[in-house]
Order: sequence, then structure tokens, then C-alpha cells
Amino acid sequence: MGKRVIIVGGGVAGMQAAITLKKTGCSPLLIEKNIALGGKLNNWDRLFPSQTSANEIINGLTDEIASLNIKNILCGEVSEMRHDEDKIEVNLTDGNTYEADAIIIATGFDLFNATQKEEYGYGVYNNVITSADLEEMFRQGEVKTSTGVPPSSVAFLHCVGSRDLQVGQGHCSRVCCITGVKQAIEIRQALPECQVYNFYMDMRMFGPGYEELYKEAQEKWKINFIRGRISEASQTIDNRIRIKAEDTLAGRPLKLTVDMLVLLIGKKAAACNRKLAADLGLSLRESGFYAPKDNFTDNVCTCKENVFIAGTALAPKTIGEAMNDGTAAAIKAYEYLNRFENGK
Amino acid sequence: MANNWGFGINEKRSIDLDTNNFDIVRKILEAEPSFYRCISCGSCTATCSAGNITNFNFRKVHHLLRRGEYQTLSGEISKCMLCGKCSLVCPRGINTRNIILNINRLITRQNLR
Amino acid sequence: MNRYSWEKYQKQIPDDHYYYARSCIRQNFFPGSETIFLKILQEDLGIDILDDAKHTSCTGIGYHGDIVPLETIMTVVARQFALMTEAGYEHLVSSCITSFGLYCEILSLWHHFPELEEKTRKNLKAATGREFKTPKSVIHSSDLIFHFRDRIAQKAKYTLTDPQTGRPLKVVEHIGCHYSKIFPTSGIGGAEFPYVLAGMIESWGGEVVDYPERRHCCGFGFRNYIVKANRGAPVANSKQKLESMAPYKPDFIVANCPGCTMFLDKWQYTIAELEGTTYGQNGQGIPVLTYEEMAGLVLGYAPWELGLQMHQIDTEPLLNKMGIDYDSNEKYLGRNGKYMGRPEPCNCIL
Repeated sequence: MGKRVIIVGGGVAGMQAAITLKKTGCSPLLIEKNIALGGKLNNWDRLFPSQTSANEIINGLTDEIASLNIKNILCGEVSEMRHDEDKIEVNLTDGNTYEADAIIIATGFDLFNATQKEEYGYGVYNNVITSADLEEMFRQGEVKTSTGVPPSSVAFLHCVGSRDLQVGQGHCSRVCCITGVKQAIEIRQALPECQVYNFYMDMRMFGPGYEELYKEAQEKWKINFIRGRISEASQTIDNRIRIKAEDTLAGRPLKLTVDMLVLLIGKKAAACNRKLAADLGLSLRESGFYAPKDNFTDNVCTCKENVFIAGTALAPKTIGEAMNDGTAAAIKAYEYLNRFENGK
Repeated sequence: MANNWGFGINEKRSIDLDTNNFDIVRKILEAEPSFYRCISCGSCTATCSAGNITNFNFRKVHHLLRRGEYQTLSGEISKCMLCGKCSLVCPRGINTRNIILNINRLITRQNLR
Repeated sequence: MNRYSWEKYQKQIPDDHYYYARSCIRQNFFPGSETIFLKILQEDLGIDILDDAKHTSCTGIGYHGDIVPLETIMTVVARQFALMTEAGYEHLVSSCITSFGLYCEILSLWHHFPELEEKTRKNLKAATGREFKTPKSVIHSSDLIFHFRDRIAQKAKYTLTDPQTGRPLKVVEHIGCHYSKIFPTSGIGGAEFPYVLAGMIESWGGEVVDYPERRHCCGFGFRNYIVKANRGAPVANSKQKLESMAPYKPDFIVANCPGCTMFLDKWQYTIAELEGTTYGQNGQGIPVLTYEEMAGLVLGYAPWELGLQMHQIDTEPLLNKMGIDYDSNEKYLGRNGKYMGRPEPCNCIL
């Protein structure tokens, strides 16, 4: 039996790390708190920029995990971790304890709770929804307002719970800009008659194919991009949503009534980070995400040589980036576990 | 001097960062450093009670201040009704009320004197 | 409406012994409100609240109108605190939203810049020989009515319903900006979904109207409205609100700020004169009440004792809906029973 590595979190980063480790001859144990592997990807329909189905990614990974016979525990919630030189003990809330020679933290992120932005009335007005709610509608195959009819106009608001110091979210969540473009296009695909407006402050099209998708959204799908952040949303007598924004390029306040407002909610550091970081003696960034040992050369390592981190536990990332992290953290863990064999 | 030419010579329209004076904006930023954080999202102007009715635009006020373009500001700021809505919706947590009061102190009152 | 956020903005309100600071302008516009407020507290609820003749205007209108400097207003406010301290009270109740906002703001300024408080203490001592303790709590008088809303409901003679049909009256509530927009935690329910007036309306049987411009400012401003030539902008704000609420056919409007109540009432006449538009039913205006008047009606006070005859928009349609007994002949009798004269009828709205 190879060296024991526990991977906490069975999202794409954790799954990819487990697969890589198994192939190196280690014995990974994947612990997932939910009833299925796949993390938040389970709640997503299609992925930017290629419209790849989320299920396709999850199924590929779960099949590989099954065929490699990788041990995994579902519904396993970590209650405490103990770091003891070259051993790490992981206690679960069900009372079981597991021991490992190294650990990879792949606990992901939390979605920003949109009720915190009171001015948008999420949770108060039924036709104010989040990007996650919209994905659920896409998965169900039907985009409908609260009265059960397809919307004839939809507005997207970028940066909800990102770059927002009033709610302690100073960071950029990175993926919401392109998610907004993707979802806007999907609305137009599903409902060709529907008018779509995207309210943005900056469009951060950083990845391959993103800027091209933005252009496609403008040219092919006729999405209306308006540079201004919505300051408040309210409900009209016929349950539509009234929006106030500034059209900053015109320099004038703007009013718009739509059937549905979609809040592109950001990524928030997972609530469990604080506790696990304290247990293991790791440090967090101001944003609450884990701080790696080094931003460049050791960006999946920590100050504890047998603790590694992968994916959105570190910062907001795309699916591809989180998977790369999984591979990188697995390789770093492997190097650590075989340091004597390598003559170090 | 009387001009018999039938035309005058146009003034430059450019914002001249070489010659504009930044003393006043520096003082305002010193009094309220949160103003540095503005990213021109326009939430303040979107929600502004005065800006929905008059051409008052707090985002533009900020922008002109930062460029040292004060000429129009003293007239602008008197349109503010101090209702406080802009500070509520500002994602950058800027104390807009303190800025209005300081612009008033450093620009409007100077002009009145 | 699912008001999840109001739970987050609870405010500690003490149960007894208050020092009352009146508004400088309300007694002209809605002259019965402050008197009825004191009567409800002292007589109906048996609460100790001191109405002190010695206190003055807080000078907030002058301060916001650029006439009164910050140092001066801080000293005036310090004097109010000194009067409260001398009278042996610790809880300040402000009748005015502008004053309330300023008391909160000055206390916050002193908290962040203690040297300002020290300087104010010196100024007050030099000018008046007085000393003061800062209040333990600063409360708006609508907070107090909210605090006692269930006790008022127990004593209610009328509810905010149409007794003929049992239909709850539809009520527009309007909150003064300086109640919670400067400090969201200073107001019950915060700034986006304030609950202070909504709580009263719901406790007394009415239904709150949530209309798109609910959170919009009435347009009062200070210097904006004081200069007559500038009034086009302030009135446009009230118009924006009235236009937005009209489709809901509200039975009345209730507000908790002196300026807002006056604006929403009197501008309806202005707009009717200037543009021929009315926002109520049958070409009438929408009646506007202060929260004390609303509480007074619920408790069965006579409409003319509440001062409803001083309103721009006639309140009789509302009184009729609530099934309130009143004598039209007494409408223009003063407190001493003498005929006060009556306003010339304005054909455009009534």
C-alpha cells in the first residue's frame, strides 16, 4: 500500500488530485461532505466558453475514480484535524478518524449570499434570482418567471458580492463576467424573443475564448451591454422588476423594467476555512481564502510541508484551473512523500 | 481689445493634467481617503434623488475633482439633498456625505468669498 | 412581503423615562401631532416623558442649508443634551428626523474624533455655563410608537380596515431619509426595508403597499427647497413617488418625517394646480397622515383634535372608510371652540 493522502473535498479539484495521486502509486482517500462527488458543478448546467455539459465533466471524473478504485467517503463532514509532524489526523462528525501522511485541502468556496445586498430584494421579490438559480432553471430545461411564463426581458447584474467592500468582499470573483455572457447567450438561445441586458462595471474576459464569446454575445445574440451598476431593484404592481442604474457612458440615470433580474453572485471564501486553517496552523488571505506558501513557485503548498491546497479554496477559479491545481497539488504531495527516495 | 476679424481663437478643450491644480482634491482625499477607492460604477448617480431630476451627477463630480477640473463643481454640489442613499449603495464603502461636506467647505465656500 | 432583513436591524428601545425634543417646523404643518404623541404616551400608556420648554431648534435646517457651521450646531445639540442631563433623563426622543439624524451623526463624530466633543464641551461651558452627559439612547418618536404598537392595538377603538367589508386599508409608508440612510442600524428594519411604520400599520390591521419608488426621497433637501426658484426639483421627486404609488390605489400615506409629510400632502395641491393631475380616487388627493395622527385615529381621538383640518388633502374620505364618527361642523373650530375661518376651496383637487 502506498503513502496515505487524504483529500478533503470531492469537487473537481479534489477528484483530479485523487486520480493523479492514485496513478503515482499513492493511496488517496477522498472525503466529500455531500451525497455525491462533483461539488458545485452538480448544480451547473453548461460551462463557458464552450457550452460543455457540466455532467460530462463530472461523469468523466467519477468514472475514472471508480475504475481506479479510489476510496471515497460521501456525507463525511470534517469536525477537526490534528497536525502532528509527519502525520495528520482527520476526525469526521460521525466519530470516525482517519490518518494520513499528507493532506490536500480542496474544500472549494461558498456562493455569496445575495440577501446581503438588501437593495436588490433577493428573497423578497420572486423575480430577482441568482446566477445559480438560473443554472437550476437551465438544468430543468425551462426559464420561467414566478408566474410560470417565459420572461420577455431579463437583466443581468455583474459583480454581486464581488469588489464590494460593504459586504466584506473586496476581491474579484473572476468567473462571473464570463458566466454573465454565457447565461445571457443561453437566455437568447432558449427564448429568441427575450431582450437581454447586462449591467457591468468592467468586463474581465481573461480566459481563452472569453473575449470572443463576448463579441459573439454582442454581434450574434444582440445582448445590450450597459456600463453601470444597478443601485436598487424594486417590484412593480405586475410583479416585474424595476431597476435603477446609471448609464455611466451617457452620464445619466437610467430606469428599466424587466421580467427577471439575475444577480451574478460571486465566490466567497468557504466558511470552514477559518476552523481548518486554525486546526492546521495555516494562514488565510484577507479575503478568507487560503494563502499558499508562495504565489508563484509553491502556489499549491503551505507552510506545513505535508499540507497542500487545490482549487477554489485558494481563490476564485475556473473549472479548468481548479483541475490543474488538483494535478499540481497531487504532484507536490507525491514529491514530498517520496523525498527520501529521491535522495533528499 | 475689439476684434474685427469676425472670428476668435478657440480655447483648448483638453483636460490639462500638466497645469491643473490638485491642491483642493488632495485636501478632499485627505479628509476622506475612502474616495480613492471609487471605480466609477455609477451606483451613487443611479440612486441619487437629485440626479434623477437635475443634471447633478456625483460620479462625474468625483471624476472632475480627480482631474483637477473644479470650474463647474461649486454649482453642482448645491444640488445634493444630503439624503444619504448614495453612501448606502456604494460598493466601495465611500463616505459620500463627508465628501460633499468637504467639497462645500473647500470649493463652494471659497467661490462665495 | 417577506421582510427577512428587519430582524437584522433591531434597535434597543428603553421602556420608560424619556426627554422629548420637539421639531421646529411640525407644529405649523401638523399642529396636533406632537400634542397627541405626548397625550398617548402620558395618558393612554402611563409613560414618563418630559416636554421641556427650554430646548430650541437643533438648527439642522440651517446647518444643511449652509448657514449654520458645524461647531455651532454641535454646541446647540450639546445644549439640548445639557438640558436633558439637568432634568435627570438619559433617553432622548426626537420628534424630527433631521434632528434625529444629526444627533446620531454628531455622537458618531464625537466617537471618532473625541477632540470635537472636548471642544464642544468647552464652547458650551463658555457660552452657557452648562455641562452635559451624552444620551444613553437616541430614539425617534416613531420608534416609540412602534415600540408600544401592540399596547396601542389593545386599546384600539378603530382599526386600519374598512368595517363594512373587513378589507384592510392599503397604506403607503414613507420614511425620512435621515432616519436610517445615514446609519442603517439607527432605524428599525434598516434602510431598504424599514419596518418602523410598516410594523404599526400591520399591528393595526392595515396592509403595507410596496411600490417601486418606495425608497425614493420626497425631495425636501434643504437649500434645494428653501430657495423658491429651485422648488421644481424637490416637487419632481414627490411627483415621482406619487406617480409610482397611484396604481396601487392607496387609502392613505403615512410618513415619519416633518418635511416628507408636509411635502407629500402639500405638493399634491401644487401638482394639481400646475399640471392638473391628482393621484387619489375620484379626482381627489391621497390623504397623508403623521404616525401620531394614525395612532390617534386608531385610539379614537377626534379628528379635529388631531388637527386633521390643517391638512391640504381632506381626510374625510379616509375617516368615512374607517367608520370614524366625526362632526363636520366642528372642523374649523379652534381648540377654544371659536370659529377659525376656513380655507378657500381649491377646485382643482377636492
